[in-house]
Amino acid sequence: MPRLNVNGQIREHQAEPDTPLLWVLREQLGLTGTKYGCGVAQCGSCTVMIDGNAVRSCVVPVASLGAQQRITTIEGLSPKGDHPLQKAWIALDVPQCGYCQSGMLMAAAALLQRTPKPTDADIDAAMTNICRCGTYNRVRAGIKMAAGIAPAGAAASASAVIHAQEPKA
Amino acid sequence: MSQALPRRRFLAQTLHGAAAASVAPGWATGTWVLAFGPSAQAQPALSPAAESVGPEVNAWVVIHPDDRVVIRIARSEMGQGTLTGLAQLVAEELECDWARVRTEYPTPGQSLARKRVWGNFSTGGSRGVRDSQETMRQGGAAARMMLIQAAAQRWGVPPQQCRAERSVVFHDLSQRRLRYGELAGDAARIPVPDKPALKDPASWKLAGKPMARLDTAEKTNGRLIYGTDLQLPGMVHAAIKACPVFGGTLQSFNAAAVTGHPGVLRVVAVGTQAVAVVADTWWHAKRALDALPVEWDLGPHARVQQTDIDEMVRTGLDPKAAAVEGHRRGQALDVLSSARNRVEATYSFPFQNHATLEPMNATARVRVGADGKPTGCEVWTPTQNGEAALTAVAEAAGLDPRQCEVYKLHLGGGFGRRAARHDWVTQAVQIARQMPGLPVKLLWSREEDMAQGQYHPVTQCRMTATWNEQGRLEALHMRLAGQSIMQGLFPQAVRNGRDPLVFQGLGAGGEESALGYEVPHLLIDHAMRNPHVPPGFWRGVNLNQNALYLECFIDEVAHASRQDPLALRLSLMQRHPKHRAVLQAVADRVGWGRAAPDVNGLKVFRGLAQTHGFGSYVAACAEVSVDPKGMLKIHRIVAATDCGIAVNPQQIEAQVEGSFVYGLSAALYGACTVENGRIAQSNFHDYPVMRLAAMPKVETIVMPSGGFWGGVGEPTIAVAAPAVLNAIFAATGVRIRQLPLAGQSLIRSAA
Repeated sequence: MPRLNVNGQIREHQAEPDTPLLWVLREQLGLTGTKYGCGVAQCGSCTVMIDGNAVRSCVVPVASLGAQQRITTIEGLSPKGDHPLQKAWIALDVPQCGYCQSGMLMAAAALLQRTPKPTDADIDAAMTNICRCGTYNRVRAGIKMAAGIAPAGAAASASAVIHAQEPKA
Repeated sequence: MSQALPRRRFLAQTLHGAAAASVAPGWATGTWVLAFGPSAQAQPALSPAAESVGPEVNAWVVIHPDDRVVIRIARSEMGQGTLTGLAQLVAEELECDWARVRTEYPTPGQSLARKRVWGNFSTGGSRGVRDSQETMRQGGAAARMMLIQAAAQRWGVPPQQCRAERSVVFHDLSQRRLRYGELAGDAARIPVPDKPALKDPASWKLAGKPMARLDTAEKTNGRLIYGTDLQLPGMVHAAIKACPVFGGTLQSFNAAAVTGHPGVLRVVAVGTQAVAVVADTWWHAKRALDALPVEWDLGPHARVQQTDIDEMVRTGLDPKAAAVEGHRRGQALDVLSSARNRVEATYSFPFQNHATLEPMNATARVRVGADGKPTGCEVWTPTQNGEAALTAVAEAAGLDPRQCEVYKLHLGGGFGRRAARHDWVTQAVQIARQMPGLPVKLLWSREEDMAQGQYHPVTQCRMTATWNEQGRLEALHMRLAGQSIMQGLFPQAVRNGRDPLVFQGLGAGGEESALGYEVPHLLIDHAMRNPHVPPGFWRGVNLNQNALYLECFIDEVAHASRQDPLALRLSLMQRHPKHRAVLQAVADRVGWGRAAPDVNGLKVFRGLAQTHGFGSYVAACAEVSVDPKGMLKIHRIVAATDCGIAVNPQQIEAQVEGSFVYGLSAALYGACTVENGRIAQSNFHDYPVMRLAAMPKVETIVMPSGGFWGGVGEPTIAVAAPAVLNAIFAATGVRIRQLPLAGQSLIRSAA
């Protein structure tokens, strides 16, 4: 039976060789944190890491992978949901509907592995996932927070909330 | 297995915090709960609900013996933060410990059985908070009074001597205290007080504050169960294809061609318009569906092209075309016909797909009796309106709604697509009827989602204006032409060609629709033109194009009459102080009148827009640059919102940012167009949307002026695009009137 190395475990599956990795993860291995959004590598909801690289699993035939490649899904990003990115995401309330965020986090994790202190241009280039709720500014801020890059004053902050008046009855 | 479940009552919930689900004691007997374990790998397990049930103090509030508080919320969470905001309002009145609060959805079936005690389930029109706040605050206040009463009775003291704070009732005179968890059982037996007094928002401690959302952690570790993620024992999967031409029907399909494909169980007709493959996995179902030979009867619209639709809508702009008046004062047409200073322009706004990132999906199980007829039906689905979903289930199953149930799952985006017509739910039930007893999960492919939308309506607008020698706007005619969402979805709301919703943001007043400008001679009218493409409520609805048409054209008037766009607007807003205040706030924030600093050697230009809709006053100022090759960069948008009372400023900020991405994606990037009667776009490669690199900085000014409850999910969408388009004009002299912007040159004309 074909085998995969997923989140540090060797897992067997019965999928046909041309089945995309996404559907093996979701339907054979029960790892539903990785999402289907487009099926054509456009939206990035299905992003996982393979040997540290962000990969859109909806277009990767499972037969192209063996047990020697290390696949990491959102479920395996950290043992307790405490990866610096996950902590930053919670601190900044990044997600809205949340459907894209598994893919966002995996793309961001791959970026930080490669580039621990990314510039805005690095983030622009690496983070091409689609979020329809529009969390992009918080995604950027979350990556910087996880990377330990302090925002350079008000100009770098994504937003400012100003309470013109306290609520009145 | 299913036979063992009394009355077929399952409860599948998105859970916020603890893993267990709960239902009220009244339902607990014989009720089972489908609970999701805390581990991502865990399968949903059936467990008796009684284990996790705490006393229901009243319909809104359940308190466990260990002081955990469950707040029941009928509105749906789709990312907009409604669950958190409404929970804050209940918790504020309840005086409970916020750290121990979680939320749960009551089911539409429970609502039916309890005479709609939770009110309306519909989640749209930015109404989640504003339409629920009073009842829900009363629910929290009533529960607090009942808990205090229970403590007072136990101590034998008057309730007036007791107070509640952080889930504890105190009797200060005797220095006694009891936790809510110790009182909930007694409190539940006390009659619910009618219309309890509510706190003055000025004294709020929890509501009105920028609280973190209750549901974030599970969205960062893959554990939150969306509709697509649901797993039930024995579940099978369906992939579907409906006739790509709207109004066409399924003629035939050759099931034999795919019956030997891996995992394929059945190929079934779905209603009159679609065919589905049912298989052991969705991937198997989709593979077989792609290989399935299908013949369609394309119906009467198979030759319709986008140009035909554009022309059909354009006829509505003809001055002689019959039109319905939406807002009239004075004699606009007479004044305009004899005007010396006059400017006229025609705008258009295309079809748009909602493109929720989670495609449409529903899981249905139909139970049949010995005679093969349906006896019950359950559906699990992400929906913006559980009650509408239940109606769709009952109709599709041919059952009474009391024989059916809907379990809401978390939405991977809604934006209006999951609000009104539940076509995907109908299909799931139609398939499940042919697979009796089995849970069938129907998931649309992205291509199906693009092809079978309920699209942002297509409209055009002809604007005409004149001004006097002082530059004072004298007359304005706004002729809207195009599609009516209500005609498509709720035709009973349209009388004599009048769909009141088409005038959003342009009316004489009222919560939904207050035009902020005083013009002596004004006519806003609408000529309905309905192409065959089904329309839907698309985040921002008709305010999107109405604000864009008006705010871009006001800019045109300012330019033609040589006035500053801010000064002209302010001069028209003397009697509209709230409209004026938000516009002034963004102008002050950016320093309107002073040049913006250059960015990367390029000059930065500004554009303004303001509107009123969904109960709130909003304005935006966009800052853009356009390089010599015509490349646009949006640097910053400053937005102001007066929503009256702000329940959670942090969530408002997130909604404003998000609304800009949604609105700008539509205005700048993508459009759906019709070819041979069908939508030409199929996925995100040909329906592009805004991505991170293009996202401007957003600065949100939340300026609640008090006294009213406005929505926040939608209003600011409508000002993003016109502010950007006006800034583009300032930068280039190019006026964009046909959307989307993509494909149009922004290189400054030689003139």
